[in-house]
Amino acid sequence: MSALTALARLRAIRDGVAQPITTVRHCHVAPQPMVFVPLALSGEAAAPLAAMIGTDPGHPRLLVVPQPRNRDLRFAFTAELAEVVLPYVEGFRKDTETVERRGGEPYERCLEAPQILVPNRQGAAFVGLLGRSTRFRRIDGPYPVHPSVPLLGRWLTYFADRSQQPGSCLLMAATEALGLHWATGQSGLEDANLATLVSWIDPPAGMTGAQAALEAEDPLLWPPAGPVTDPGFDNEVLAPAVHAYEEAPTEHSVERIAQALRTQLDPTWRLMWRAVELLRALPEGTRVRERWETDRGSFTRFTERLAEGGPPQARRDGAVGAAARLAGLERARASYDVQRAYDDPLVMAEYRLTGEAFAGTVTAADPEHTEGEGRSRKLRPLVTVTTADPVRQAPGTVVGSPDRRGHAAEIVEISGDEGVEAVEVVLKIVKGMGRGKSPTPGSVPEIGERVTYTSLTDDFQSSAALPDPELTPWTHGGPPQEYVPSDEDAQEEWS
Amino acid sequence: MNGRLDRLRGPVPSRPHDARAIAALAANPGCARRALLDAAGVDKDRTARHLGFPAPFGQSQFAITRGNSFETVVKENGCAELLRLLRELLKLPVAEVGYQDVESVGAHLRHSHTRALVDRAAREDGPAVFYDHPLLSLRIAGHVCYLEPDVVAFQVEGRFHIVEIKSFSVIDGQAEPRKVAAAARQAAVYVLALRALLADLGHAEERVSHEVVLVCPENFANQPTAALVDVRRQLAVLRRQLTRLTRVDTLLDGLPEGLTFDLAPGQDGVPTRPAGEVAEALSRVPARYAPDCLSTCDMCMFCRDEARESGATDLLGRQVRDELGGVSSVAEALGLAEGTLEPAEGQEEIARLLRLAERLREECLR
Repeated sequence: MSALTALARLRAIRDGVAQPITTVRHCHVAPQPMVFVPLALSGEAAAPLAAMIGTDPGHPRLLVVPQPRNRDLRFAFTAELAEVVLPYVEGFRKDTETVERRGGEPYERCLEAPQILVPNRQGAAFVGLLGRSTRFRRIDGPYPVHPSVPLLGRWLTYFADRSQQPGSCLLMAATEALGLHWATGQSGLEDANLATLVSWIDPPAGMTGAQAALEAEDPLLWPPAGPVTDPGFDNEVLAPAVHAYEEAPTEHSVERIAQALRTQLDPTWRLMWRAVELLRALPEGTRVRERWETDRGSFTRFTERLAEGGPPQARRDGAVGAAARLAGLERARASYDVQRAYDDPLVMAEYRLTGEAFAGTVTAADPEHTEGEGRSRKLRPLVTVTTADPVRQAPGTVVGSPDRRGHAAEIVEISGDEGVEAVEVVLKIVKGMGRGKSPTPGSVPEIGERVTYTSLTDDFQSSAALPDPELTPWTHGGPPQEYVPSDEDAQEEWS
Repeated sequence: MNGRLDRLRGPVPSRPHDARAIAALAANPGCARRALLDAAGVDKDRTARHLGFPAPFGQSQFAITRGNSFETVVKENGCAELLRLLRELLKLPVAEVGYQDVESVGAHLRHSHTRALVDRAAREDGPAVFYDHPLLSLRIAGHVCYLEPDVVAFQVEGRFHIVEIKSFSVIDGQAEPRKVAAAARQAAVYVLALRALLADLGHAEERVSHEVVLVCPENFANQPTAALVDVRRQLAVLRRQLTRLTRVDTLLDGLPEGLTFDLAPGQDGVPTRPAGEVAEALSRVPARYAPDCLSTCDMCMFCRDEARESGATDLLGRQVRDELGGVSSVAEALGLAEGTLEPAEGQEEIARLLRLAERLREECLR
């Protein structure tokens, strides 16, 4: 939360409608995403109750567990879910491209990747739990399940893990994707409610966002977006219907439960597609493509891992694996934050507010300026930028610019007093102007040009140096035992 | 003082506190409204309903059934399963254990019964004992509140542990952090109350362990697993917050003599007092609304509406308020940002930041 976002929220209260906090879209929206709205039985860890799923807004598939406490019915549900999810996911495996790497073997990468959208963070967590409860199942032995069940479990686990990665769009929560782009006039806590969030962003005609959001809080009009259902619905509608099913498990009683659950899922299903439309309407940021390429690469590697017959993901990471995962998440977070700022002046404005970036107009330029004599003579163009922003960087700081890729400059001098008059910053360009005697045309900003500089850089960061798992030091428990899925895993109770 | 509190509540029985309520109160110690309503034992849920602002809470019968069946599994046969878990967890060679259900005596005797049992256990070097449904008390804002914990106190070798049974799952050694945090906050209330009791009886309060035992279902089954949760931090927070609570008598001092939140229920129990009058009475006691109230306080919808009407920045949560340097009204903050309002003394810094933020937004969205 920055003062900029806080201000946007205040504006939202006054104007009665959510305010944009970005100028571009920072997440990928696939041409054909799969929307998945799961419902779970209240009080249980991961007992699926129902789900609405599909890639066509007009034709959702409704899956229902008439008695969620029945283990067989749960696995029947997951098998049905697999029938929908697996063909969608595996459909992206076929078409690949060859990616050349500098200093490495070329590799294959899928041209497109699946994208699953769930309503909220809890929905994404539920995907992980469902994955956890199914990936160790066996297709033979005491409690056999359909072969698609453990495979689905591994995919769901993969998607849930991947959704932890900042900037990844393979599994996205709608509330988070929307919250990234709009500030509402309610608290962050209330933004976790998809119905009120969408109401603030896109209120129906004749209503303010605030009024629409208030109405959207009524669980009778807008049932919760799951996975937990409305307690009133549980007690008054669902419980009697489940009871009737227990008395007489007929087609009719199943239909009664399905109808009841449809009323809870339908509104959210429509909201999800409205969220997709709202996101699609925003112009895509430049670096969204790069990040989606990373997602496609990750997806491809996972399909390869499955094809090689690797074991299901372990219950817990080993010490080295956990450290590597954490370091990876940190790098992804840092890089994602910088990329968004480079893509979007409004995000960059947050850094201008804190003095980590400044924008201004070029008021003087010496593009032919050099340093050193004789053979060590180097081209170092000088540029003076006049800005009204508070500059809190010291001379000697190296800054980059979203205006030019591969461009870097060093702050030479800062003069003037912020707040009283405009500040003048003298910059020495040190990178990205070519190797010639005079700079490459266009590489040095010209007088009158509007430029932005920041100390944020998205330079390549090498991954943390960690030992091989076999060499885990004793301080971290020593080398972990290799994970072999056991019969115990497969027969684990799921009641 | 009790007479005044009784008058505030009206002629209905007082609502007992539970640890959840105290934990919620401690989370928002600046809220005079909640402190007073709780001290007077007012039925907040009913009041909020009557005002037309029912709290968005409710419990699914599926969750209740699951919770009860889990608790039964844990407590079956004099807590046999619980003993097995504790033996492993505390590494104690406990051969036998006694079981005392304090609920077996009448409600009015439960507190003194608990007191006597705890005193005896602390004095004698007796066998290990489980105390189910003990009734504890805690002084909150100068007012004694009784707690009916849904917990078991376990005493072994003169040392007490609070055992909290929760029905959320621990999957591969991990549980939802939010739920564990809530459980730890509640358990800390019980630890504090039990320590207060021991201190009152003249025993060392350290005999109540700061490590509470959390019992939850393991993975996806109904089998219990136990873990020790260190609640020292929660205890420290709770202690500090409770001392920060304004004393109830001070809160009462500023109020008009005849003030009451009585709903005047008729023969059938339906409130007869006009909602507007109750709302008017409540508005005499200031609330401090925060979005966190939405998950902890029955009055939340009423207070939120009030905050909305008055255009308070509290609506947006603490984070936003912090960013706004404590400017408490939406109109004031916007006025400072847009330069239509001159900053008051001490507001120059935040005004400059807001004006800069405003200029940057304008520039980027033009």
